[in-house]
Amino acid sequence: MIIEHPLLGPRDAAEFVYLGDASLLDRPDWQAEDAAERFYEYGYLRDNPAGQHQELWYHEQGDRSWLVVTRNTVSHEITKVELARDVARERGRARGRDA
Amino acid sequence: MTYSAFRILKEGLTGNKGWTPAWRDPDPQEDYDVVVVGGGGHGLSTAYYLSNKFGVRNVAVVEKGWLGGGNIGRNTTIIRSNYMLPGNEPFYELSMKLWEGLEQDTNYNSMVSQRSILNLFHTDGQRDAFVRRANSMFLAGADAELADAVQLRKELPFLDFDNARFPIKGGLFQRRGGTARHDAVAWGYARGADMQGVDLIQNCEVTGFEIENGVCKGVQTTRGAIKAKKVAVCVAGSSGHVMAMAGMRLTIDSHVLQAFVSEGLKPVIPGVITFGAGHFYISQSDKGGLVFGGDIDGYNSYAQRGNLPVVEDVCEGGMAIMPMIGRARLLRSWGGIMDMSMDGSPFIDKTHIDGLYFNGGWCYGGFKATPASGYCYAHLLATDEPHEVATELRLDRFKRGHMIDEKGSGNQPNLH
Repeated sequence: MIIEHPLLGPRDAAEFVYLGDASLLDRPDWQAEDAAERFYEYGYLRDNPAGQHQELWYHEQGDRSWLVVTRNTVSHEITKVELARDVARERGRARGRDA
Repeated sequence: MTYSAFRILKEGLTGNKGWTPAWRDPDPQEDYDVVVVGGGGHGLSTAYYLSNKFGVRNVAVVEKGWLGGGNIGRNTTIIRSNYMLPGNEPFYELSMKLWEGLEQDTNYNSMVSQRSILNLFHTDGQRDAFVRRANSMFLAGADAELADAVQLRKELPFLDFDNARFPIKGGLFQRRGGTARHDAVAWGYARGADMQGVDLIQNCEVTGFEIENGVCKGVQTTRGAIKAKKVAVCVAGSSGHVMAMAGMRLTIDSHVLQAFVSEGLKPVIPGVITFGAGHFYISQSDKGGLVFGGDIDGYNSYAQRGNLPVVEDVCEGGMAIMPMIGRARLLRSWGGIMDMSMDGSPFIDKTHIDGLYFNGGWCYGGFKATPASGYCYAHLLATDEPHEVATELRLDRFKRGHMIDEKGSGNQPNLH
């Protein structure tokens, strides 16, 4: 698979380390009433869809950026690649700001 | 019809005209006591043990394609019970014992061959870990035998003992381990279940569950609705996709695992051999092909094909322990979809929906578990109590903090 890195252009997927579902960006509030339940869901439960999947890839053998890749799990076709930083900011999860 | 050597002789002398199909091809009835979703190895063995050991015969197996067309038809056929943790090892040892009696039990030649499995070690630390594992295996009644390099040099002279990076210091044998003819396992169970009246319904895909007020009352399929007192999902690989239809999220990611077979060679590798420093396992089939595999590709996938970097990685693992295979040509490679769970261990459990049961999360160890998986699932379905060796294989074990993590790699499915 070739991943179109937003900064570096087309890169071989073998340069990356795969983490999993991009929902891992949405860490729950540890002070919430139901934090234990939410951390269980965050840590262990996955949608695991057959089709479009947003997932985290780390460019370990490159510029060490985290990417959010939108990929079809049935065809392996990649339709969108974003910097995880930008996605997290869009979701209001940037460093130094409360979620 | 009972299969026997005498029967083969008689049919051979009379033009092979007396053979009949091994199972019927029935249409679905309106309702059943149990509907098993998934006609793979585990689904068929569940139906077999339900009907043959637990007396539950009003059973259907619904399969979206053909019997045994999933992972039972695309694995590396290894059977073993060399696990360590208490929640796992007794279960796999039950499976090993069922393998040993399988052919007599089902009256079907599954070509179970206890040709041994050997896990190589390459460091002193690894040897100590294997000693611990061997002791753990003894506790569950399994066999284990530690061999040093001197002994291995006599038995397996073709290994690269003096490899500069990963010298072979010895290995852990399980002599009772080995291989089985994977398709024949599915067919033997299918025939045995069919003979007890189980309906094996092919080309029948489940498209939804009938769930009313928290009770599952049947399934919708491409061949109409089927009512059932109990619905037993057994679709490892597609578990996430199927259970989503019941509104459930699982502690599972689906990944693709590739396997390979070389051209046919003269007998050279006597048993199953695994690499201890990378991930590589190999055996030689009765037709002579070297059957081998390694790691999963590592990203979520429902495509039954992988990518080239893993092919290279697997072949490098092979070259590191037995350079002699470097000139063998690769004949075929293929991919199968694995339910990779968060701790590398499976599930056989009820769900929170009454009447809906779940069996899955086999990672890439499902084949060896086929008999015990079916037996324990049938036990759960027939008695509503887990079998004594499967009490830890629960869906809620992450919530309770009782993971069965053989590798200790945490909730990262692609590392197990």
